[in-house]
Amino acid sequence: MHKKKCNVCFPSQVEQVKLLDRFSNKSVTGTLHLTATHLIFVESNSTSAQEIWILHHHIASVEKLSLTTSGCPLLIQCRNFRLVHFVIPRERDCHDIYSSLLRLLRPVSYDELYAFSYNPKQNDQQREEGWQLIDLAAEFERMGVPCDQWQLTDVNREYKVCETYPRDLYVPITASKPIIIGSSKFRSKGRFPVLTYFYQEKKAAVCRCSQPLSGFSARCLEDEHMLQAISKANHNSRYIYVMDTRPKLNALANRAAGKGYENEDNYPNIRFQFVGIENIHVMRGSLQKLLEVMGTRSLSMTDYLVGLENSGWLRHIKAIMDAAIFLAKAVTDEGASVLVHCSDGWDRTAQVCALGSLLLDPYYRTIKGFMVLIEKDWISFGHKFADRCDQLDPDPKEVSPIFTQFLECVWQLTEQFPQAFEFSEWFLIQIHEHVHSCQFGNFLGNSQRQREDLQLKERTYSLWAHLLSEKQNYLNPVYSPSFAESHPVLEPSTQAYHFKFWRNMYHQYDRSMHPRQSILKHVLTLKESNRELEGTVQALKTKLQTFGVSTSPLKPQTPPREEDAPASTGGERTVEGSSATENGYGELKGSFDSKNEPAVVTLEFGVARMTC
Amino acid sequence: MEFAELIKTPRVDGVVLHRPFMPTVEGTLCLTGHHLILSSRQDNTEELWLLHANIDSIEKRFVGSLGTIIVKCKDLRVIQLDIPGMEECLNIASSIEALSTLDSVSLMYPFFYRPLFEVIEDGWQLFVPEEAFKDLESMTDEWRLSEVNKDFSVCPSYPSLLTVPKDIDDESLCKAASFRHGGRFPVLSYYHKKNGMVMMRAAQPLTGTNGRRCKEDEKLINATLCAGKRGYIIDTRTIAVAQQAKARGGGFEQEANYPQWRRIHKAIERSNVLQEGLIKLVEACNDQSHSMDRWLSKLEASNWQSNVKEILTTACLAAQCIDREGASVLVHGTEGTDSTLQVTSLAQIILDPACRTIRGFEALIEREWLQAGHPFQQRCAQSAYSNGKPRSEAPVFLLFLDCVWQILRQFPCSFQFNENFLIMLFEHAYASQFGTFLGNSVAERLKLLLSQKTVSLWSWVNRPQELERFLNPLYEPNNLVIWPSVAPQSLLLWEGVFLRWNRSTKCLDEAYQEMVHIIEYNKELQNKVNSLRRQLAQLETEDGPLQTP
Repeated sequence: MHKKKCNVCFPSQVEQVKLLDRFSNKSVTGTLHLTATHLIFVESNSTSAQEIWILHHHIASVEKLSLTTSGCPLLIQCRNFRLVHFVIPRERDCHDIYSSLLRLLRPVSYDELYAFSYNPKQNDQQREEGWQLIDLAAEFERMGVPCDQWQLTDVNREYKVCETYPRDLYVPITASKPIIIGSSKFRSKGRFPVLTYFYQEKKAAVCRCSQPLSGFSARCLEDEHMLQAISKANHNSRYIYVMDTRPKLNALANRAAGKGYENEDNYPNIRFQFVGIENIHVMRGSLQKLLEVMGTRSLSMTDYLVGLENSGWLRHIKAIMDAAIFLAKAVTDEGASVLVHCSDGWDRTAQVCALGSLLLDPYYRTIKGFMVLIEKDWISFGHKFADRCDQLDPDPKEVSPIFTQFLECVWQLTEQFPQAFEFSEWFLIQIHEHVHSCQFGNFLGNSQRQREDLQLKERTYSLWAHLLSEKQNYLNPVYSPSFAESHPVLEPSTQAYHFKFWRNMYHQYDRSMHPRQSILKHVLTLKESNRELEGTVQALKTKLQTFGVSTSPLKPQTPPREEDAPASTGGERTVEGSSATENGYGELKGSFDSKNEPAVVTLEFGVARMTC
Repeated sequence: MEFAELIKTPRVDGVVLHRPFMPTVEGTLCLTGHHLILSSRQDNTEELWLLHANIDSIEKRFVGSLGTIIVKCKDLRVIQLDIPGMEECLNIASSIEALSTLDSVSLMYPFFYRPLFEVIEDGWQLFVPEEAFKDLESMTDEWRLSEVNKDFSVCPSYPSLLTVPKDIDDESLCKAASFRHGGRFPVLSYYHKKNGMVMMRAAQPLTGTNGRRCKEDEKLINATLCAGKRGYIIDTRTIAVAQQAKARGGGFEQEANYPQWRRIHKAIERSNVLQEGLIKLVEACNDQSHSMDRWLSKLEASNWQSNVKEILTTACLAAQCIDREGASVLVHGTEGTDSTLQVTSLAQIILDPACRTIRGFEALIEREWLQAGHPFQQRCAQSAYSNGKPRSEAPVFLLFLDCVWQILRQFPCSFQFNENFLIMLFEHAYASQFGTFLGNSVAERLKLLLSQKTVSLWSWVNRPQELERFLNPLYEPNNLVIWPSVAPQSLLLWEGVFLRWNRSTKCLDEAYQEMVHIIEYNKELQNKVNSLRRQLAQLETEDGPLQTP
């Protein structure tokens, strides 16, 4: 692989750098390279020299610690939860790397992002095809929209009504332009109620918007009409649910600022419900606490569980799940339409609408469908990826792991329904990786409009094409398409004990923590091997036919002899010894010299790697 | 016979049974000497057969004349019986209470159970110390089998045959025994073939406050070290607890008297504390109303996961000393019948691939638990729903199984058995039709004539029909030492036991079946390819391909 030279990086290479393990006393020595896009560590003098590639965009913070006898420590924290600890022999080198990194990881304009220089050696046509993979108009058609009750409106064609919404929006046929425009003026950031998912079976709609500017007593007839129109578009139910995903207290506080929530007296036919998901600041703090606890060395079980509880992380995950289940139940059990909002309608609203749709519709549990879902509820409806993921011009108060929480909710579901999803957790983790990598254009910017201005489709590549080309790696081997028939709607349990800590996400790079043998990888390999073997059987049968032997049906099988093992078992297996010292059972200090044997652990499948 | 006196109402009609995640069943409730039976008397509905011995406690409630008995089982299941008629209900309840707490071992079900299968391989004869010693002899001649405990007088909790260093005579053994708690002098637990290091186990030395010493004990321990080598003594108690033990005549090895040994203290909880933990954990798992915070804080307060981590860590440490440091190890706690056995048996699972097979694991339980004198009957007399003050109940064995499960989770391809095997052992340790886990020691088992009067669990488990349920389809023998991670993030709650009755496992079971299917299909395809290849090879040597006309 080649490392592109970087003109702002100095020095570009430092020898004899030590990489310390995060949780044990182990370390390896190697060379550190700094390129225009990556920080690369190459282990020296080892037969299985490991390489670590860290994309500059993944680096959240760099810290230079005080000088030690062995050198100058450099601590790098990444957005994909990797944490690396280097010790650089000369302080001068350390300082140079440190200041180069500081410069590199704070791009000031979009043009500096990796996506604009990343070139996977595809031609323009391939790139265009990549961008055409996901077609939201086709997705609405799949849901059965437009139909006799819902239509496409061109009111936002020029982003004039709402600049954070996409151009194409679906509204009830009875919602005229004046109603839409009136309603948009009464909603925060102009985000008026629009359709995001249509549950054909009951003609029930899932709609989203932002909070109304109701203050203590303001009303808006057009907005009231708008909700009326949504209600009327569904003959199965006389009412619609309005889910305010915020805690009631937050919504109340917003009233003082001229915002707030719907007054049931003014909106006939609504059932109003708070669901109590906390805001972006609470979520950011929660993740910080979680990571702090999980990063502790020699963490005791008590501190782990207390820390998990105090971080509140799983409580927030459960709150989002509870809200999505509420939505799905309203739609399926009561056939009612649901309108979801929070404050601006791009964080909690996106979480609840996306997760709710995933519970309702098996399509979103496939690889392609999941891409569509993200494209629809997150990208097109203006989840502020650039701000939330700290892509550019950082405002620390805007950063929040809202999308990560959504991915985690999906993971929690895969744990309860192992056959419902076409993809495995590595798909989720890989998406998370790229939301932060800025390697593909999909998640750049804060809204569709901004993405158009940046000409992303012309200048960058689509992640979805890339992921589809590696689809094999992300498949769930026990996925059963027929599961969708028996479980069209997922009804997860929300007992607290069903929510688990997602180790593979938050400790993805801490190898010593994971199972040494992966069932997923093993079964995936077998399934792949089954496909190949089926081919071999066919080929052999054809060959036999040239001898005039009819091969079907097969004679009863004779037990295989050892030496007959087929060449194509493909069963590459990792060996699973592991080093005792790596696991830190503790306290064999002093008296005997303990040798640190190198671990025989192989990198588990799916550990995300950057493509270069 | 005496059971009849305890059964005032043997039969009640119109009883409704509620079980988690199953439809309710209405039927006739029958009490026999050993079972509570509920039958709907219809085909194709499952009957309930519950061993009285499996009942941990009951609660009764009345609404008018309708009585309800809530039966809480040792396998952690909770079922509810609605019984019409107050008198019937009271009678049933008092019978269950009496029958589930029989004092006499000889009235237990295993003495009445007659197998419906033919015993082909008698489990009682399967794991005899002589056989294990033969294996050892093939590797080393440093050890001998001593009959010093032939009549159980030297150590009542040890078996009659013990493996000890060749150079130590029986007289010295007796002296060493008098210096160890309960007479449990150091004996061989495991020989590590790879480097000849050994693991021994014992009870605490009786040093007392005045620092008593025993030359024979020192000699015995040193005899296990090669010249110039050193060893580790792993005391499963904290130094503070070990110090306190001195006041009661116990103590620990003074370094001055054992200069070739380094002592390491770990902090495995004593058994009475473990029982409280189990009760708290199961309470937390059964309360469906918990918020996330409350659940996590209750899980933490039970200390169960901490215990798992501590036990596993200590076992890893012992294994590390042997395999990585090339040192021999002596493990003990206080009595040497609880935490000691957890550590020595888990260390063997880590080190010795043989222990990860079904037979090997059975042998391990036989060797390190049953023959080593873990007091099963006392420890498993009550489970998580006991309301009385615990006497000597403690989930020591369950914690061991939990630790094995943790290793199995981390090395899912390295064990011949699956999770069901571990759960089955948990069930049978607490209530069983088999005699294997009755009694507290080899001596007691001999006195009860278990091998003649009861059937061994192994006789049943090892039948191919039964074994099938317990085989791990992912198993591929692996000769390596397997080092589990003991980070709290790597240790999980054993849902298969603790949430077993609180969740529907349909989706998980189906996914497991699909996995099994993929594995079996792969074998099938490989066979097919092989046979086609053979067929083709045969044809090619006989004559060339036919010309198509």
